[in-house]
Amino acid sequence: MPVPCATGCGRNASLKRPKTGDALCKECFFWAFETEIHFTITRGELFNRGDSVAVAASGGKDSTVLAHVLKTLNERYNYGLNLILLSIDEGITGYRDDSLETVMQNSADYVMPLKILSYKDLYGWTMDEIVAQIGRKNNCTFCGVFRRQALDRGAALLNVKCIATGHNADDIAETVLMNVLRGDIARLKRCTAISTGSEGTIPRVKPLKYSYEKEIVMYAHYKKLVYFSTECVFAPNAYRGHARALLKDLEKIRPTCIMDIIYSGETMSVKEEVTLPTQRTCSRCNFVSSQEVCKACVLLEGLNKGLPKLGIGKSSKAKRMLEEYNAKQNDSLQEAISEINDEFKKNNCISKGKVCKSNCKSKENKHSTTDLNTVDANTNSCEQVHSNEVTDDNKETKCCNKKQYCTNKKTNETNESNSKAEKLLAEYGIPESSDKPNSIEETNSSQDKVCEIDVSNSVDNEEFDVDLHTNDEVILKEEDNTCAGACGKVDSLHIGF
Amino acid sequence: MAHPIKLQIQFGGGAELLFDSIKSRTIELPAIDKYFPECQREKWTIKELLVWMKDNLLRERPELFLQGDSVRPGILVLVNDTDWELYDELSYELLEGDTIAFISTLHGG
Ligand SMILES: [Zn+2]
Ligand SMILES: [Zn+2]
Ligand SMILES: [Zn+2]
Repeated sequence: MPVPCATGCGRNASLKRPKTGDALCKECFFWAFETEIHFTITRGELFNRGDSVAVAASGGKDSTVLAHVLKTLNERYNYGLNLILLSIDEGITGYRDDSLETVMQNSADYVMPLKILSYKDLYGWTMDEIVAQIGRKNNCTFCGVFRRQALDRGAALLNVKCIATGHNADDIAETVLMNVLRGDIARLKRCTAISTGSEGTIPRVKPLKYSYEKEIVMYAHYKKLVYFSTECVFAPNAYRGHARALLKDLEKIRPTCIMDIIYSGETMSVKEEVTLPTQRTCSRCNFVSSQEVCKACVLLEGLNKGLPKLGIGKSSKAKRMLEEYNAKQNDSLQEAISEINDEFKKNNCISKGKVCKSNCKSKENKHSTTDLNTVDANTNSCEQVHSNEVTDDNKETKCCNKKQYCTNKKTNETNESNSKAEKLLAEYGIPESSDKPNSIEETNSSQDKVCEIDVSNSVDNEEFDVDLHTNDEVILKEEDNTCAGACGKVDSLHIGF
Repeated sequence: MAHPIKLQIQFGGGAELLFDSIKSRTIELPAIDKYFPECQREKWTIKELLVWMKDNLLRERPELFLQGDSVRPGILVLVNDTDWELYDELSYELLEGDTIAFISTLHGG
């Protein structure tokens, strides 16, 4: 027997809303769903007129619905937003083709510019290259850590005011539950915030914070939105899998539990004597980090030093590895590697302008040259500043901040170390740059070139690579560093340098 | 008298990945007393349909689709494009020509 729509519109109901229990027809459901998101946006003051907003787009259901609804509301209520789809391509063979195709389709359908940035663009390494170094077993750590920062780096490149992500109510309830289950009070406090970001960073907002997963999927279904779904993302027996299954079971019995858990998370207060790790920015790359050096930089350091396992596992182990590594290296090899790092950094900096990665320290050089590559956010032009101070005062710089190997020592390099460098370069698959590492003019001019970001250039001609076990819808949204619900691996990096 | 019925079943949101990636298929259910000799009912309901699907269509990892005698929470069921929660869910009596869709909310993107 058909059920009439609860609004009295005269049509038959198509679904029962989990949030309210109302039976609504498609049209009334669309209106209710969109209007609630509009209220979420206006009440939370998520955007300002004229803002450029990057919509984190994975091609999955949440980001597809988010993009569609934001476009609809932007027109209906005249928000005056400049919406840009931002996608990250981690470069894992076989994984991203379909989802990136979906994103491109969305971009065409919604007439929204799309920017796809690869891990290679952002970090200088593709996941395939990382897997070649580290093996399959630990690559989740990399994809999770890199993915987390990728959006921030991408948004910085796009020069947007904020990033909108597709976190839905079910996701947030799950995160609250997970943080309780892990005793992670700092994240518990943060995870329900509709807008996150400390000063100096690009805030992330969650317009779908109060939208149920069921409604998102029904909306996409009834609107016939094209989205991409991967293999089931959580192993039923992983820790997160249990939490998620519990939540779904509870939701089945009493759908309001989702809102109730979010409410609990929002209103719970933390005893004052509980000390929380402060959020700060990484001293190397200046993106948000809970440590002095962020995990992405630690992992990159490991990769660039040929110690890819550095940063995976206990910090004591990492320290030991570093010590052993340093003890083992003779000077010439160390210089060779430093040179690789330099060269590598140049390549990085050249290809991504604002983004800067790794740092090579020289043990025997107490006075290292500091190289500040500053990108003017408004003009997107790069300047390079040289100063002779020693390290650590650089945290204030907004942009690319890297400490360089002392250049004075470089002059007496031997042919032997160069050939070693070449060998290592070949092993890393890093094309040898013809630029001399310290040629400022050359670096500047090539930086100028690449620092011009063309947002309207919506389709990149890069090859998109893939992996089936990762799920980026989840990862784009993850507050922690697990690669996906699938592996349920909780990040185990606690490294202090 | 019980008799065979034809149905359209559809999969979406990643649920199709559990069914050979086929998104839509026409199935014919035998007379219910042929398939479930013990069954007292004359008509197929979604509850029996799920058993039939498990026996005939679901190749691996049934726990990703089924839980107890229902679908796993998080998999939406639509009867002729309407939320099965507006019908009687498992006890909805299937009619000749019905379209039953299973859409996963659990699969990522
Ligand atoms: Zn209505
Ligand atoms: Zn993984
Ligand atoms: Zn960093």
